[in-house]
Amino acid sequence: MLIDWFTVIAQLINFLVLVWLLKHFLYRPILNTIDAREKRIADELADADSKRAEAEQQREAFQQKNAEFDQQRTTQMNKVCEEVKAERTRLLEEVRQESDALRNKLELALKNEQLSLKDSLSQRAREEVFAIVRKALSDLAGTSLEASMADVFVKRLDALTDAEKTSLQTAFQESTEALIVHTAFDLPKKQSIQITKALHGLLGDGVAIEFATDAHLISGIEINSHGQKIGWSIADYLTTLTKRVNDVMLSHNAVQDQSPELEKSQEQAS
Amino acid sequence: MNLTPDLIVYWQMGFLKLNATIVFTWLVMLVLVVGSILITRNLSNNLQRSRWQNALEVVVITINKQIEEVGLSQPQKYIGFLGTLFLFIAVSALGTIIPGFEPPTGSLSTTAALALCVLVAVPLFGIQETGLGGYLSSYTQPTIIMLPFNIISEVSRTLALAVRLFGNMMSGAMIIAILLTITPFLFPIVMTLLGLLTGIVQAYIFFILATVYIAAATHSSKTQTQKKAAQQPETQKTNESNL
Repeated sequence: MLIDWFTVIAQLINFLVLVWLLKHFLYRPILNTIDAREKRIADELADADSKRAEAEQQREAFQQKNAEFDQQRTTQMNKVCEEVKAERTRLLEEVRQESDALRNKLELALKNEQLSLKDSLSQRAREEVFAIVRKALSDLAGTSLEASMADVFVKRLDALTDAEKTSLQTAFQESTEALIVHTAFDLPKKQSIQITKALHGLLGDGVAIEFATDAHLISGIEINSHGQKIGWSIADYLTTLTKRVNDVMLSHNAVQDQSPELEKSQEQAS
Repeated sequence: MNLTPDLIVYWQMGFLKLNATIVFTWLVMLVLVVGSILITRNLSNNLQRSRWQNALEVVVITINKQIEEVGLSQPQKYIGFLGTLFLFIAVSALGTIIPGFEPPTGSLSTTAALALCVLVAVPLFGIQETGLGGYLSSYTQPTIIMLPFNIISEVSRTLALAVRLFGNMMSGAMIIAILLTITPFLFPIVMTLLGLLTGIVQAYIFFILATVYIAAATHSSKTQTQKKAAQQPETQKTNESNL
């Protein structure tokens, strides 16, 4: 008999025990480990997926921010460029205006300097001319000229109008003092008598007349009394001439001072 | 020379005895259990793991896949029984390369015990899946006339399982023993290698047949239950329409 029933039963039990042991020590641990590993791998994959998605999201956000930043930078750069251009134009305009003002000021100063130089030159020339004239006339003055002038003086007294004569008479008749006739040189006798006659004819015979010399007159005759003065002398001529020339120069300068202002107003208007 | 290791008795006391079948079975059990404990003691669920763990995982996963491919959708429920069948028979066959080793599967008592286990396990798993009525009704399919034939089929396939394994293992061991006496040493080595292949193939056949039987029992029970469930509403409808 090939089958031994005791052995069959024993093998049955052995096999069942082996089933239990292997289940406990082999299949369960191995399967659990495999399940745990698969779960772990699945978790890691899911985690990696989520991280990748997150990274993708962050990348997109970063790209968006980068694009925004670029745009902002471009806008800012354009704005700054515009501002710089405007500022440059403004500064250039300012500098141009300042340079114009300085140039105008310089031109004015130059013109003023030229004018002042011209003035001083003309004044100097005038003074020199007068000095030369005075010197020349002083050199020419003499007794004969004085006599001629006495003649002219007498003729002028005669040529006075009635109103002028009355005015002179009123002025000199009130005086009790003697009339002093100033001349540059001592007059000859003839001219002295001629003048005395002419004065007595004009003011009356009661008027006392004295003669005196005054070198400042250069040449001519002058009568002073009580603040009244009748005279005809080269010094008077020169004084009057100097005064008139000065008046002319002053009026000319006033016109020139006004002319730059006029030019400026014309430029602004243009 | 013994036809079966049952006849090699080391110790006996009346009915009780300790023969080579039982002793070598214990040896195989010891190798399997101690090996499993040693390897699974330091299991790692990281990507880095030991070669032994890798090898064991390959074995377990392959068995799992085979069970699944046959048609059992939850292989972890059956791997304890079916995997042990395969490993026990395979290790017994591999042991033949050790001189003096008597494969326990070369004993008809062992193969009969294994076949009996399958005989009991098939209805147990079938009942577990679909209940007692569902399983028993599968014997009357397709008609009640088939009941005796189904029962005979059940018994005969169990017998076939036992005898097939026994015949192959016994014949392999027997051929090697005979060849050792008549031929030089080289030829028995080739035959041993062939025996190893035969042993592994037999382990696979035994395992796959047991899986197919269980799958058939659970699947047929399930389909019948589903059919009944599907038929019931239809009969109700026809009854209602008749009324």
